[in-house]
Amino acid sequence: MNIMSDPNAARKDWLGLLAKSPADDVTRLWAALPVKSDHIVLRAPEIGGVMVRGRAGAVGAAFNLGEMTVTRASVKLADRTVGHGYVQGRSKEHALCAALADALLQTGAAEAVEAGLLTPLRTAMAARKEARAAKAAATKVDFFTMVRGED
Amino acid sequence: MHTPILEGGFADKPVDAAHAFRAVMTAMARPGDILDVTGAQPPAPLSIAAGALILTLWDPETPVFLANSHNTAEIRNWITFHTGAPLVDPRDAAFAIGTWNTLPVGSFSRGTSEYPDRSATLIIELDQLTNSGAVLRGPGIKDQAELSLPEADAFQENARLFPLGLDFIFTSGARLAALPRSTKVS
Repeated sequence: MNIMSDPNAARKDWLGLLAKSPADDVTRLWAALPVKSDHIVLRAPEIGGVMVRGRAGAVGAAFNLGEMTVTRASVKLADRTVGHGYVQGRSKEHALCAALADALLQTGAAEAVEAGLLTPLRTAMAARKEARAAKAAATKVDFFTMVRGED
Repeated sequence: MHTPILEGGFADKPVDAAHAFRAVMTAMARPGDILDVTGAQPPAPLSIAAGALILTLWDPETPVFLANSHNTAEIRNWITFHTGAPLVDPRDAAFAIGTWNTLPVGSFSRGTSEYPDRSATLIIELDQLTNSGAVLRGPGIKDQAELSLPEADAFQENARLFPLGLDFIFTSGARLAALPRSTKVS
C-alpha cells in the first residue's frame, strides 16, 4: 500500500517508534509527561515471541528472518479510546506506556504526547542511526583504479 | 468513534485460566457434576462460565463457530481480541457456542475412525443447570447421575457413535457441566 494514502500511516509511525525505542527512554519520558489519564487494562502486559519476516530488497518472497521477544498490552481510557502497545524486549512497563501513549495520541492530548514523548524519541533514534552510520562510514575503503594506459 | 467492548478478560490470566481448565477437566471426567468457574465478564448474552471457557480453551489454532444466538458484533470482537480464534462454518469448527435450538448439531465434525479427536466440542448455554432430568451412566459416574439436558434423543444418538461423536459442555451463569461422548443418556 502507498504510504501517502494509508489512513493509518501516522499511527503505524508512532507505534513503530514506541516499539523500537529503548524501554528506559520510553518509561523515563512517560513518567515526566504532564498528561495522565484514567484507564483500565484490557490486556495485562504479557511476553511472547514473534517470527520476524523479511524480503530481500523489499521484493520477492518473504523469508523467516528470526524470532524475537515482544511484550504487548492493551488499555482503554475513560473516554473509551482503546490503545495497543507491542514493543520489543521483555519490559512490561514499556508495553503499558506504549499502549497508553497510543490511546492518548488518538485523543485531544495528542499534541502534549507528541511533544513530550515522540519528539525526543525520534531525535534519539535519529542520533543512534547517525552514530551507527558514522561508525560504519569510518571503515569504508575507496578503491582507485590507476589509469592503465591502454589508450 | 467505534469502540468495541473488549474488557472482561481474566484479571490474572495464568491463574484464572488454570482454575477454569481444572474445572472443565473435572467436569469432563465426572459427567453430571456441576462446577463453578469465575473470572470472566464477557458481553451479553455470553454467560460467565462460557466466557471463562472461551478464554481458556480457544486460541488461534481452534476454528470456532458462533450460533445465531451468539453471533453479535460485540461477541465477535471480544473473542477475536482475547483469543484470536478464527470464525468458520460448523463443518470445520473445533468449538461452537450457542443455545441448544440455534446450534446446527448435525453439521459438526464427529471425527474420523483414524482420528476420533478431530471432532467438535459444543458449548451450550442453558437457562438453568440442575442435577435433575436425564439419567447419565458411564465412565466417571458412580451408579448414575442426573443432569437437566435440553433433550435426550440427540445425546443418545451421539453416544451410539462412540468412539466418534461430539462432546458437550453446558453452561449457565457461572456454572458448567459436561457430557462427553462416552456417557449413556436415558
